[in-house]
This record gives sequence, structure tokens and C-alpha cells, in this order.
Amino acid sequence: MTDVFRAEGLGKTYPGVRANDDIGFSVGRGEIHALLGENGAGKSTLVKMIYGLVRPDEGRMVLNGQPHAPADPRAARAAGVAMVFQHFSLFDALTVAENVALGMENPPPRADLSRRISEVSTAYGLPLNPARRIASLSAGERQRVEIIRCLLQDPRLLIMDEPTSVLTPQEAEILFATLRQLAAQGTAILYISHKLDEIRSHCDRATILRHGKVVGTVDPRAHSARELAAMMVGAEMRIIDRSGRVPGAEILQVQDLSSSGEMALKDVALTLRAGEILGIGGVAGNGQEELLAALSGEDPTAPGTVIMDGTDLSAMGPEARRRLGLLSAPEDRLGHAAVPEFSLSENTLLTAGARQNLVRHGLVDHSAARRFAEAVINAFDVRTPGPGTAAGALSGGNLQKFVIGREVLGKPRVLVVNQPTWGVDAGAAAAIRQALLDLAGNEAGVIVISQDLDELLELSDRFCALNQGRLSAPRPTEGLTIEEIGLMLGGGHGMEVGHVPA
Amino acid sequence: MISVFILLLGAATPILFAALGELVAERAGVLNLGVEGMMVGGALAGFAAAHATGSPALGFAVAALAGAALSMLFAMMTQYLLSNQVATGLALTLFGLGLTAMFGKPYEGVKAPAMMAGPLGLNWMIWLGLAMVPVVWWFLVRTRPGLILRAVGENHDAAHGLGYPVRAMRIAALAFGGAMAGMGGAYISIATVLQWTEGMTAGAGWIALAIVVFAQWNPWGVLAGAWLFGGVTVLQLRLQAAGVAVPVQFLAMAPYLATILVLVLISARQKFGRSGGGAAPGSLGRPFHALR
Repeated sequence: MTDVFRAEGLGKTYPGVRANDDIGFSVGRGEIHALLGENGAGKSTLVKMIYGLVRPDEGRMVLNGQPHAPADPRAARAAGVAMVFQHFSLFDALTVAENVALGMENPPPRADLSRRISEVSTAYGLPLNPARRIASLSAGERQRVEIIRCLLQDPRLLIMDEPTSVLTPQEAEILFATLRQLAAQGTAILYISHKLDEIRSHCDRATILRHGKVVGTVDPRAHSARELAAMMVGAEMRIIDRSGRVPGAEILQVQDLSSSGEMALKDVALTLRAGEILGIGGVAGNGQEELLAALSGEDPTAPGTVIMDGTDLSAMGPEARRRLGLLSAPEDRLGHAAVPEFSLSENTLLTAGARQNLVRHGLVDHSAARRFAEAVINAFDVRTPGPGTAAGALSGGNLQKFVIGREVLGKPRVLVVNQPTWGVDAGAAAAIRQALLDLAGNEAGVIVISQDLDELLELSDRFCALNQGRLSAPRPTEGLTIEEIGLMLGGGHGMEVGHVPA
Repeated sequence: MISVFILLLGAATPILFAALGELVAERAGVLNLGVEGMMVGGALAGFAAAHATGSPALGFAVAALAGAALSMLFAMMTQYLLSNQVATGLALTLFGLGLTAMFGKPYEGVKAPAMMAGPLGLNWMIWLGLAMVPVVWWFLVRTRPGLILRAVGENHDAAHGLGYPVRAMRIAALAFGGAMAGMGGAYISIATVLQWTEGMTAGAGWIALAIVVFAQWNPWGVLAGAWLFGGVTVLQLRLQAAGVAVPVQFLAMAPYLATILVLVLISARQKFGRSGGGAAPGSLGRPFHALR
């Protein structure tokens, strides 16, 4: 196997952080090479250096036998590097064709480009209408635009940054079929992910990063997911303990719940027992935020739709529901769950004020707030200098631990969380999941809304899917396969596997 | 009837210039509330140059330079020092008004040189303003620099990720916006009022800002908005001249009321209508800082 890309001794230092240190690895022709590591392990910095967004401090890169030191992404693209970003680098108000043109150095005239987009997208089984606006496309379709944009440049090296995080399992399968096809045509693919099963079944080699250094390059098929995770984290993963839970009486009933908004909920019904975790899966934008808002009280609903312990909560706001023991943690950590500019102890006041008696006679008890914030920090291993630190200064994983911890320590009767481990590294995610399980073990009911199906299978007793604002009937998680879940989520959205002659 | 339309074109021209310039800046993602300041700066600089040289054409050229220079002050503050765009824009307006009040004293009571006449009894600046509408539209929609400019305004992080110069694009758009605002202001002093008075732009810059929203960031909509405003202005002058028994102040308010009404209707349509969203550029008014 000839090397398409090779890195030797790459290093990059940011103020206070050694992001990359002596990185060396290579990607061969036709290889799907995984780059594996926790959040903050240096994957993005490394990839940004290859794509010309960041200049390395030391070391060198070689692409097709030529030294590779791109001054900017245009130079990198000219040299044959293409990249599909984790957070889409698309322009909502522009059309598919315009977005593709922006990713090319010398785009052909408009009509030719549109024709080529149609041709290439159909050839790879990713049909796209070049005249559609990005804003009207689904997440899967948006990713197709990114991929087609790359394919039109005949890249030597294609970088994919966590591409499956927004896809249904069926969409992910189609993506892998496309990648295989590309690899068979000789493209080298650098695949970034922290989904171990995905890497084990689809990648030829994996380079594992930890704290900015290469731990090793291995054959992912020769190792168990457990071993890979251990290399990634540097220690054995905590094993999730599901024992000790006995579902009790019904505590929460939701029926005929409908809402307004961009993705309105339609006649949602569910029941939750004490000591039970109900998992709600679905691709982003299918009503998850609306459901959380309806349950938390941000968006009050018609009378009789949300009932807890026989009390109708439907018309109550969030604070009244919190007093009764219905707590929630929204998906957006910064700005929704926490105020970035406020200190951690001030942030505890926002949701825990009433339940922890942090406000007395209308005045804030700052020392009590600080004590409670310290309790959360200690119980959930939040890495921060102290409760006086601004929430916005914490890393995503640490802030998420804090947000979840704040609610869990509030001793909720019912806890609703949306995307509890999104963008959180493996160690922190395990801690958060364990906390949710422990909470259910203490007779609380927990609703976990998530796009991470592995997480839902691991945590939940029953599983339902949210699709276009409708909630499916719950099914026991035990014995449910990923394929069945995929169908519950709405399948592959009309995509098909491509038919390009190799 | 035709004479009324000519009056309307004249009344619309300063706003058309300023709004087209602001539209380009906003499509690049920068909200410059200093339009009024740049207009009044252009009005004085242009008038002074036209008076000194006797050439209105030279006056407009100097006005464009003055407007662009003021916009570069804004560009330096917001693009390099990352100051708040709203506050900086307001400051620019106050700065422009104060600066011209001071330096304009010697020009009070002086008469402007005669405008050069153009075809069909309309002066060349009216024609230039009308021509700029399709030019701006063509640039934004059909050319690659225009596409990059829209991309920068829509999502500056993504544009940076693809390797496009966000800051340079925005500074260029601001310079264009400043030059257009300067010429718009000079049209008031050189071609409409024919003399300099303190604060003579009288809120035209604010109307231009409102018209950009009214137009939903579309150059043709800017033309419609400028004509609507010009039409109401001419109408209220006519009604005053005809001695309609309505207090003059109410008639003078009419164009501004009409603008507010249209903005309310647009917001209501977006809020309650099916279309949703709106045409505002995604990164409008947000500061951009790249980590290298």
C-alpha cells in the first residue's frame, strides 16, 4: 500500500495547551483510516493543520510524495485535500449549487455545475437537486451536499469529521457504502469518530490520540471496543451498572400533548414509572426541543396533558414544576442550561434556587449557593478552579457534568434530559450515564432524549422514537436491534446505495 | 404626472444610494448604523469640494471618499478591535453630525454650483443611482466575489473554514457602503437643497437602514422602498402646497410613519406567516474572530 499522506513529528502549541505533540502517522491509497480520541485529544487541531486552517509549529507533512504545507484551505484543496466538517460548513440561505461552488477553486459555469452535481450525486446514490436551498434540507441531505462538494474535486485525501453523528443508522450505512466505493477507486480517507463499533466494522487502520500524542496505530478489527476505549482514555472504562432498579408506580402521564412551533408535537402520549428510564430517540429537529420545553414548563400546554402524581402541571411554568420535583436539563448547555457569563454558583441559583433554599426572603444566599455548587463539583468531578469560575470558561464535557449534576442533586421526582452526553468525552459520558442510572435506582423517573442510540440502548428500560413531532409507542429495550430502531426513526429518508462501476 | 415622477425620483435618490450601500455591507454580515453620519459627512465634503472647484462631479467623488473614510473608522473598530457594531454605528452617526456641524460653519449661506443635466431632464446622479440597482444585484447574485460576499455574511465561520477572507471582504463591503452613503448625502446638499445646513440629512440615513430591512436585503426591493418613500415625500409636499387642512407636522411625519408601518407588516408576516425565518443574513451583526 503506497502512502498518500504522511505526517512526521507534527506539533502545535496554543497558549497553555500542547494541542499536538510529535504526531506521526500515514494513510495509504484506498485506505479508510480512523482517527480516534476523546474530545480534546487533539483530533481537530491535527485535521485543521492538514486542511490548512492552522499552521503547525513543527514537523512536516507529505502528500503524494510532495511536501504539504498549505498556507490556507484553498492551497490544501488545490493539493487534493477535501474535508467534510462535523458542524456543517454550509450556508443556509444559498442553494446547493452555490454551496458546492464555494467549496471549489475554479467552479465551472452555473449550468455545467448543476448538471455535474446531478450526475455525480445520482451516481453515488445521493440524489440532490442543485437548485434547492440548504435551509430546506434534512441533516442527511446536508451531509450529501458536503460530500458531493468534496467529490467534485477528485480528492486524493478525504477527511471526514464525525460524519455519522447526525445520521440515522440507515443513512450511516449508505455513507459507508459510498466511502467504500471511493476507497476502491483509490481515495485515501481519514475518518474521525469516537464511535468504536463504527470504526471496528468499517476502518482498515486506526490511529489513537490521547492528550495530543499518538498512542498507537492499530488494526481496529483485531481489538475489542473495550480495548480501543481503554487506549483512548488511558484507563479501563467504568462499567455501567444497571442493577438495582425495580419499576414502581406510574408517576408521570402525558397525553394528547400537542404544541406549536417549527416542529410541532402531535398528540404525544407517554407514561413514566418510578425507577424507570424512558429513552426517546430520533434524528435532530424532529421535536426533541419542543418535547423538552413542553415537559419542563417553558412551553405550557393544554389542560390535562402533563400530569405528575395526580397533579395537572400543564399550565405551570418551569419554576412551579421544579418545586413539585419535575426537573430538566436542555440540550444547549451554554445559553439554555447555563448563563455563560455567570459563575457556577450563580448558575446553580437559576434552577436549584427553590429546592435548595438558596433564596431567603427574596434575597440570594450566596454562601449557600456556593456550597451547593461545590457539592455538585465534587460529586460529579467537574474540573474547574472553583464555584466562582464563569460557566462559559468550562469545557463542554465539564459544563455538562455540572448541569446534569445540578439537577440530579436536586433530588428530582422526574428528570428530563435532552442529549445528556452530546460532545462529551467518553469518561465524562460514562459518569453522566451512571448518575442517571443511580437516580432511577433511587425511585426517580428519568426521560432521556438522545440521538445516540447506543446510549439509549444502554440506559433505557423502554424506548420510543420521535419522528416529525410524533412519538411512537414504547417498546422494551431488551431485544431491540439497531435495525428495528432505525425503522422506528423513519429509515433512510429515501436514500439508496450507489451503483457506480468500480 | 411626469413632473411628479421626476420629483419622486429626486427625493428617492439619496436614500437609494445609501440603502444600496448598506445592503451590500449587511449582506457581508456587518450592521453599520452609522449611515446617517456617513451621509452627512459626504454632504458637507461634497458640497465643499463642489463649491471650491465649481464641479459637482468632483463634489460627488470627494463625497464618496469622505463616506468611505468614515466607514473605515467603523471597520477598524468593529473588524480589528471587535467593538460592538450597534454601539460603534451609533457613535459614527453622532461623530459625523458633530464633525460636520463644526467644519460646516464657513459654508452656511453659500450656494452650490449648478448640477450637470442629463438625459430626459434628469441629472446624471439619478441615472447612476438607478443603474446601481441592477449592478448590485448582478454582482451579488451572478459573480463569484458576490457569492463569496454573501457566504461571508451568511455564515462567517463556514466561510473562514473554506478559506475565504472574512475580514477583507467585510472591509471592502463597508468601504462601498460608506462611498454610497457619502454620495447619497452629497445629493441632498448639491442637487436638492443647493446649500449646506447643519444636520441637513434629517434622518435619511435611518430611513435607508429601514428600507434595507423593508427590501428583505434585495436590491430591487430597495428601489421599491426608496420610491415609496420618495412618493410619500412628494405627496406630502403637494398636499402642503395645496393647503390641505392638516397640520404641516403631520404631513411631514407621513414618510416616516409609512416606513414604520411597512416594517411592522413585514415582521408580522414573518411571525405569523408560513414562510418563517426571513431573509436576514445569518451572521449579520455578529463579530468574527478567527483562531489561528
